[in-house]
Amino acid sequence: MSDITMTLPERSLSAGPRGAKPRRRFAPSTIMLYSVLIIAALYYLLPLYVMVVTSLKGMPEIRMGNIFAPPVDITFEPWITAWDSACTGLYCEGIKVGFWNSVKITVPGVIVSIAIASVNGYALANWRFKGSEIFFTILLFGAFIPYQVLLYPLVILLRELGIFSTLTGIVLVHTIFGMPILTLLFRNYFAALPVELFKAARVDGAGFWQIFLQIYLPMSLPIFVVGLILQVTGIWNDFLFGVVFAGSQNYPMTVQLNNIVNAVQGVKQYNVNMAATLLTGAVPLFVYFVSGRLFVRGIAAGAVKG
Amino acid sequence: MAAATRPFSLFRNASAKIAALPMILTALGVFVGGTIWTIVYSFTDSRLLPSTNFVGFSQYARLFDTPRWSVSIYNLAVYGSLLLVFSFVVGFLLAALMDQKIRFESTFRTIYLYPFALSFIVTGLIWQWILDPGLGLPKLMRDLGFEQFDLALLGNPDTVLFALVMAGLWQSTGFVMVLMLAGLRGIDNEIWKAARVDGIPAWKTYLFIIVPMMKGVFITTLVIVASGIVRLYDLVVAMTQGGPGFASEVPAKYVYDFMFQRANLGQGLAASTVMLVTVFIILVPWALFVFREKKP
Amino acid sequence: MHAPAPIVADATEKDTATSVSIKDLSLSFGAIDVLTHLDLDVADGEFLVLLGPSGCGKSTLLNCIAGLLDISDGQIFIKGENVTWKEPKDRGIGMVFQSYALYPQMSVEKNLSFGLRNTKMAKDEIARRVARAARILQIEPLLNRKPAALSGGQRQRVAIGRALVRDVDVFLFDEPLSNLDAKLRSELRVEIKRLHQTLDNTMIYVTHDQIEALTLADRIAVMKGGVIQQLDRPLTIYNRPANRFVAGFIGSPAMNFLEGELVETPDGPAFRMSHLMIDLAGYESAEPLRTGRRVTLGVRPEHIALSSEGGQDAYPAQFELDEPMGADSLVWLDLDGQHLSARTSAGNTFDPGQELHVSFAMPMASLFDAETEERL
Repeated sequence: MSDITMTLPERSLSAGPRGAKPRRRFAPSTIMLYSVLIIAALYYLLPLYVMVVTSLKGMPEIRMGNIFAPPVDITFEPWITAWDSACTGLYCEGIKVGFWNSVKITVPGVIVSIAIASVNGYALANWRFKGSEIFFTILLFGAFIPYQVLLYPLVILLRELGIFSTLTGIVLVHTIFGMPILTLLFRNYFAALPVELFKAARVDGAGFWQIFLQIYLPMSLPIFVVGLILQVTGIWNDFLFGVVFAGSQNYPMTVQLNNIVNAVQGVKQYNVNMAATLLTGAVPLFVYFVSGRLFVRGIAAGAVKG
Repeated sequence: MAAATRPFSLFRNASAKIAALPMILTALGVFVGGTIWTIVYSFTDSRLLPSTNFVGFSQYARLFDTPRWSVSIYNLAVYGSLLLVFSFVVGFLLAALMDQKIRFESTFRTIYLYPFALSFIVTGLIWQWILDPGLGLPKLMRDLGFEQFDLALLGNPDTVLFALVMAGLWQSTGFVMVLMLAGLRGIDNEIWKAARVDGIPAWKTYLFIIVPMMKGVFITTLVIVASGIVRLYDLVVAMTQGGPGFASEVPAKYVYDFMFQRANLGQGLAASTVMLVTVFIILVPWALFVFREKKP
Repeated sequence: MHAPAPIVADATEKDTATSVSIKDLSLSFGAIDVLTHLDLDVADGEFLVLLGPSGCGKSTLLNCIAGLLDISDGQIFIKGENVTWKEPKDRGIGMVFQSYALYPQMSVEKNLSFGLRNTKMAKDEIARRVARAARILQIEPLLNRKPAALSGGQRQRVAIGRALVRDVDVFLFDEPLSNLDAKLRSELRVEIKRLHQTLDNTMIYVTHDQIEALTLADRIAVMKGGVIQQLDRPLTIYNRPANRFVAGFIGSPAMNFLEGELVETPDGPAFRMSHLMIDLAGYESAEPLRTGRRVTLGVRPEHIALSSEGGQDAYPAQFELDEPMGADSLVWLDLDGQHLSARTSAGNTFDPGQELHVSFAMPMASLFDAETEERL
């Protein structure tokens, strides 16, 4: 080694590159990279754009132009119609009925399912008892059972309980089907908390509920928010359970939207349809844009929902 | 002095057991009980209401004799394989690009993922409108002079599945991308440093080092996406209602229609049992893989 | 798997001089035995250290004493009372954890009082006890802070205070210093020792750090594989290790182990290597040494003297390399084909291969049977 450096002439050492390596701002590979990313982004954004512009056009303009053209005559009439007077079958009360039904289903559904699953997860993480892991494994496998397999048994169960086609019934169904993923979420979160905290609390004489309510709850806000995001979007977006279990007077927004748009009779009002679709998507989109990283964490942690 | 009597074992941890009761009831009562009920009654000739008149495998025989079921299975297989291949390839490519320390990463991620927050009903209706033969993209193509370029995917029995795949990809590729990106971020940075020092080109590093290391992420993603595919229902209802004709029927819709609209419960139950078996064929190898990985 | 032993209430077992008494304790998880037939008596006011490598069962034993783990067999007495089946809170113990396990959302004051608020104690009594603990531990100005706003040392004091307010008989420490950097660790070690002198409570302290064990303990229990290898005063353990494991685990730099054979010579028993014959005169064995078997001679580096000239009981060795450690230097030698390290004062320089002479302080050496590894 030392021999080689000795033979190198002094001059060539000092004449070489010196200082920070120059950077090319717009290397071809960088341009390629961003081009691909932007083209992909356009593919994802265009449908949203089409929806918005369509919902702001009048029907004549829709028939004349193309779907990508921005609205010439901006009108909010389709939005008002969609909300207040769009027709499903014989009723023309707009999608607001479905909106409020979805609120009535989602709010208790989210609260009940999270309350039950968080306590379940806590019991599984810290208070294992004989068989608890077996029940949990069954619960996890349950997440993969196609809903169609369980639809009819649940219909019978809810009929027996006298809550078929009621809000209580649909809330119970959402609690059941939300349980595997939420329990997994909470169990993993609580299991990752330092076990010494739990031991210290036990030495201090705190029991099951005291530790949960006084020690664990206050330090678990993030995971409750993740569960909230997961459940709000999940329950709001549900279609199948709403159709089967809610009963027609409680149909959630997704069901009503489908009934409005895919109604057989009448002339299709594309602008009203798109406004109604946007209104239905607005709640989960709002949750998504507000929650940002936590949403990603929710689907990565509890991706079982599919 | 007497030792504290050991509490009877059923009542030890009583609070924990009471708290876990909803889980136990759901696991046993709904998941196990409901599945057994469905399997048992799939062997009966139940029509509008469950009956206990057992007829052996005749519901299954009828099921596989019904063209609509065969079409449903075929459709699901085509939709599923296309969706899996494209969402994985595109999802991984996007994730690999996102992993190049790019600017505005979170903006790009937000854009790629937002469709996943939407209901399949919403997705289906958006794409139904975009692909509307009269006024949507096909019209635009015609107006631009591409007469031969027939994009009326939805009206054509041969192409309607591609329309479903397009919408399904729009909704789920971002999700695959996020999981893949999480997998890439989970890989030790020193692997990259070592590859760089050894002079291995980036694409080779991805193909021969990173991808094999992400085996677990791939398999988990596969299972999640695949079990979602088996459930495919809302998207079809919103976008095509199974048409034209039976061209875009899927098993989940078959079950629903026979159970709740055609008063042929036994047939619906048999079809749902077949779905269950399909899912478990996907699931069992995965479960085995996971349990093998867990062992040292 | 054993069925739980029947517990016989026996007033004669009440022994006020013993604080914690463990009788024939076993614990297994499924087929794995973690602790086997373990007996241990801790005197009132004693500072006992459980020392061993990770996985030796020391923390498990502590958790059993605390009641955080259910044991498979045996009994545990605290202050003469059988607590085998009692809840942790009813055992009269307080515990300090490695991470301190302070409740992050509660102020220091609430952390201290949490255990008392779980009982039906009167408010003013709680306040009195918290004030007393805060005074003893000098954390009065911190009472309204959250744990996140405390330094490592302050957190540890709060964790100790949590045990203090409950007025417990026995303090259990589970590696309380392992998370800290070396400087803070040595400071807090002194604090704990001072606290023990002030409170005069029984303390059981788990660590894998031999320095902590040697400096803090009245007695050390060295554990391996769920079994106590040796239970004795620190210096006895250091100077007269009961077996080869204890000898190797305690001491830094580590003890030298030379393999050889025990042979009879006219001058008494000697230790034979391949060529060398090392005189064992001065070694105190428990029983007369039985010759003609394989043994291991253990000598600590500081019990080896180096000289350039030979002399009586000096054996030739070749210099290999040295590790300067500041105040002194560790010199590695080749003695009859085996490696040997000796501690010398810094500043000596040798050339590789240079011949030196070593002599052993035989009364400080240890002889182990090569098969049983027990001290001879």
